[in-house]
Amino acid sequence: MSTYRIQGATGEWEVVIGLEVHAQVVSKSKLFSGAATAFGAEPNAQVSLVDAAMPGMLPVPNRECIRQAVRTGMAIDAQINKWSRFDRKNYFYADLPQGYQISQLYHPLVGEGRIEITLDEKDPEGSTKTVGIERIHVEQDAGKLMHDQHPTMSYVDLNRSGVALMEIVSRPDMRSPAEAGAYVRKLRTILRYVGSCDGNMEEGSMRADVNVSVRRPGEPFGTRTETKNVNSVRFVMQTIEHEAQRQVDVIEDGGTVVQETRLFDPNTGTTRSMRSKEDAHDYRYFPDPDLLPLELDDDFLAECRASLPELPDAKRHRYEGDLGLTAYNAGELTAEVETAARFETLLAETAKGQGKSEKDVATQVANWILSIAPGVINALGSDADLANNTPAANAAILAMQAKGEISGGQAKEIYEIVLKTGRDPAEIADAEGLKQTSDTGAIEAAVDNVLADNPDKVEAYKGGKDKLFGFFVGQTMKAMQGKANPQVVNDLLKQKLG
Amino acid sequence: MSVDTATVAKIASLARIKLSEEELAAMVPELNAILGWVEQLGEVDVSGIEPMTAVIENHLRLRADEIDADPLTGGGKRDAVLANAPAAEHGFFGVPKVIE
Amino acid sequence: MTELTELGVAQIRDGVASGDFTAVEVAEAFNANVAAANDALNAFIVATPEKAIEAAKAVDAKRAKGEAPGKMGGVPIGMKDLFATKGVQTTAASHILEGFAPEYESTVSQRLWDAGAGMLGKLNMDQFAMGSSNETSHFGDVVNPWRAAGGGNAGLAPGGSSGGSSAAVAARLCPAATGTDTGGSIRQPAAFTGITGIKPTYGRCSRWGIVAFASSLDQAGPMARDTRDCAIMLEAMAGFDPKDSTSLDMDVPAWEANLSPDMKGKRVGIPREYRMDGMDADIVKSWEDGVTWLRDAGAEIVDISLPHTKYALPAYYIIAPAEASSNLARYDGVRYGLRELPDGANLQDMYAATRSAGFGAEVKRRILIGTYVLSAGFYDAYYTQAQKVRTLISHDFRNAFAECDVILAPTAPSAAFALGDKSDDPLAMYLNDVFAVPASMAGLPAMSVPAGLNRDGLPLGLQIIGNAFDEQGVLNAGLAIEQRAGFTAKPEKWW
Ligand SMILES: [Mg+2]
Ligand SMILES: [Zn+2]
Repeated sequence: MSTYRIQGATGEWEVVIGLEVHAQVVSKSKLFSGAATAFGAEPNAQVSLVDAAMPGMLPVPNRECIRQAVRTGMAIDAQINKWSRFDRKNYFYADLPQGYQISQLYHPLVGEGRIEITLDEKDPEGSTKTVGIERIHVEQDAGKLMHDQHPTMSYVDLNRSGVALMEIVSRPDMRSPAEAGAYVRKLRTILRYVGSCDGNMEEGSMRADVNVSVRRPGEPFGTRTETKNVNSVRFVMQTIEHEAQRQVDVIEDGGTVVQETRLFDPNTGTTRSMRSKEDAHDYRYFPDPDLLPLELDDDFLAECRASLPELPDAKRHRYEGDLGLTAYNAGELTAEVETAARFETLLAETAKGQGKSEKDVATQVANWILSIAPGVINALGSDADLANNTPAANAAILAMQAKGEISGGQAKEIYEIVLKTGRDPAEIADAEGLKQTSDTGAIEAAVDNVLADNPDKVEAYKGGKDKLFGFFVGQTMKAMQGKANPQVVNDLLKQKLG
Repeated sequence: MSVDTATVAKIASLARIKLSEEELAAMVPELNAILGWVEQLGEVDVSGIEPMTAVIENHLRLRADEIDADPLTGGGKRDAVLANAPAAEHGFFGVPKVIE
Repeated sequence: MTELTELGVAQIRDGVASGDFTAVEVAEAFNANVAAANDALNAFIVATPEKAIEAAKAVDAKRAKGEAPGKMGGVPIGMKDLFATKGVQTTAASHILEGFAPEYESTVSQRLWDAGAGMLGKLNMDQFAMGSSNETSHFGDVVNPWRAAGGGNAGLAPGGSSGGSSAAVAARLCPAATGTDTGGSIRQPAAFTGITGIKPTYGRCSRWGIVAFASSLDQAGPMARDTRDCAIMLEAMAGFDPKDSTSLDMDVPAWEANLSPDMKGKRVGIPREYRMDGMDADIVKSWEDGVTWLRDAGAEIVDISLPHTKYALPAYYIIAPAEASSNLARYDGVRYGLRELPDGANLQDMYAATRSAGFGAEVKRRILIGTYVLSAGFYDAYYTQAQKVRTLISHDFRNAFAECDVILAPTAPSAAFALGDKSDDPLAMYLNDVFAVPASMAGLPAMSVPAGLNRDGLPLGLQIIGNAFDEQGVLNAGLAIEQRAGFTAKPEKWW
């Protein structure tokens, strides 16, 4: 779907992108030890003797981490391997206490899968693409080094050491920064639906190793570089832009791209070669002799599958098909699992409150959730107490509006007061006079007055000046001090003007 | 296969063991003798044989996801973790400054 | 009354329980022997007399209150320095761990203390359990208390890697000691010193808190003066540990209660591949004695074949160093142990300097072998091939145990050799474990019992190998041999 090209001095270049996303598994304790995983603890406060690789310490795997990785695999329609193994990846670094990372090279837990991405969110059906997933394996995170605390020393904090990661390896199927961005966003959405990763990129819960190469369109793959630990969608896209351009420049200047590990600098938006990884090309992987093969039984897999929620693509299609929402609204509502959950709760309450089908109120609720409510909340800023933003209060407002008791404007005003005070919407409508009348008699009187006061305009309208209809509506509403049900006003005017 | 001095030097560097010239020179024939001897394994017909995975029939147990369930394998013991460190400061392990 | 230090585990346990003597008296007697002998034998790296007394006092207090003093109640033991002991230096006999005082206790040592044993000290050993003569220790050679008749005063090797354990038990510095066996490190030193030692089925004893050498092979076991003492101590050491993923989730059998020297209805396999060209005549003779004794005990002797025996040792010298090269990567000078930081050194220089200064020559040699066989391009040819051969070795045993209940073989190809004899020739040293390694490769229980003396008056051991989980069969065959061998010799005290 992408026609993204880099214009070099010697012609066009195509970019080939594969991503290895490290996603921190949601678990209370670490992959192989009982130490906690919570973010933000004091240095080395969440480190066990196992994580610090004391002599004689041994790993025992955490069931929940395996379960979450399996559920993630199922969510991307992947092959789940009932027999897998942990391997050791050997290298020396200060953030790696064991001198090896326990990972899975030869027999990963999850095999081939796929993720469908949407490039243009405004047009979800318009341009989709399937990105292949090669594998998901489970591995240990490393510790953290701090370089700016001491003039001659780096400081090592092992709190992250041993936290479970899923490494989700894509095929080199992406061809533009936008596709890579869409892929990371979609992956994040899926992980958050499944609940296997919180997707919090600022806290490092998701980081991408970005593999980039360039080639003439149609030619074989070029040499790739791997830029490590890029931690936002924007940075992933910047990395690709910069790295692809750099590689084109190198080649066009007669050089060759070196297969190497690079580092992204968010301050400059550029990448540079990573010195510390220079000689780390021989990891001497071999099966971890402290661990037996991991064998999963059918009961375990069945529980994993049964516990999967409705996933974003299925939800989006249901919103469009069963609820009749626009593709755009369906896409927006399903992009974040919390948004979809809020929508569904309010949808149910609203349908019940109004005695209508969900389909009948879906558009009203979708507009409320996607644009009206956020607008009011944003305008209020810190004056809004979101604890007051209950589904019941929202549903009550929508019900009054649907019944014609309040106008759209009044709905917003009531909502504002609800957010500020937590008062009951119906009570607000009464007490603050935020109600419109559907009293046909009163409205009819007002309409009659307006028509009687403006005979010339009535004449002109009947002569074909359709636009004057709005004038009559406006005058009637003015006469009713804005509290007339516009639908009733419209109906009466149409009736009287013939 | 036999190893030369350069190979042994490379392996020693990979293993982060600094060898003096003399150590290196002595190590080359020793490693070659051992490697030459283990290479007799090449004559064993292993077709259709799986590499050993578990020496005694056993399966991998998975533990429950609990924090500090066993104090011996739990966290929250910074002092114990740092107690033997050659350089520990402000709750961290200290190492020579690393440039990434 | 016999000297307390002449008593074994069962006698001490029973004597303390019945009030013949106190645990403190026992501990004091052994403490005195340790203090008197250690300069000469160098069996202990660290003596902990106060720990022995403390544990003994606790046992005596329990007895006074009428409580059971435990399976090992009142028995002071030596602890191989591979076991982490809380607050007591644990070095694996290496310089790189010198001064390391763990904040934790290994599962096996904890079980022993819980059973009423006390610690006399940390026993010397081959560095990181790599060696067969106890000459690779950073803390000096251990000297075998035995001396060859007419051999002058040449120091003999006590075997390895549990050489401190074997020497200390043989010299009556302790009634029993822990050992660990990766490729024969309990059995070969037991044979070299005229004592008994058993390596149980892989997974019986937790590896948690034992400094790792080769994870898929390492097993702890007891070393004592006879079979019953080993059975008692193994019961205390063994048992499921959820902290070790390879630990066997099985109950510990009552090995002591079920000891029986009656071999009626049992078939003893004699592996023809263990009869090697140019075998020492005394070893052949003791093996034949063993056959005679077991037949006398009622066993049927059957000829069996273990066709891949020849390849066990070379496969071992790929797998064990490979695992070790990775297991020993954690000794890097960051979190504990030695740190060498030359002027201007960066992190990676620090690693190389620390590991160079901290590891002995044999450890370096094995790390390099292991690094090489795992390195890019060589992994399949060496490591995968070795693991396939290991599968074949395992199949050999499986087939053999269809035809027999236990296997009888020599423990080692020779009696104790002189210190320095083989230390310049790694390969010659490795060949010492030729009979011991196959059982290790298959994770099987195996034991060495004293079988007599050779022409130089040095002890020889016989090895019994059992099927997985059949420690009882191994111990019973050991007991049958022990009763018939009538081995009562002990080293003449010269220290
Ligand atoms: Mg990567
Ligand atoms: Zn990874």
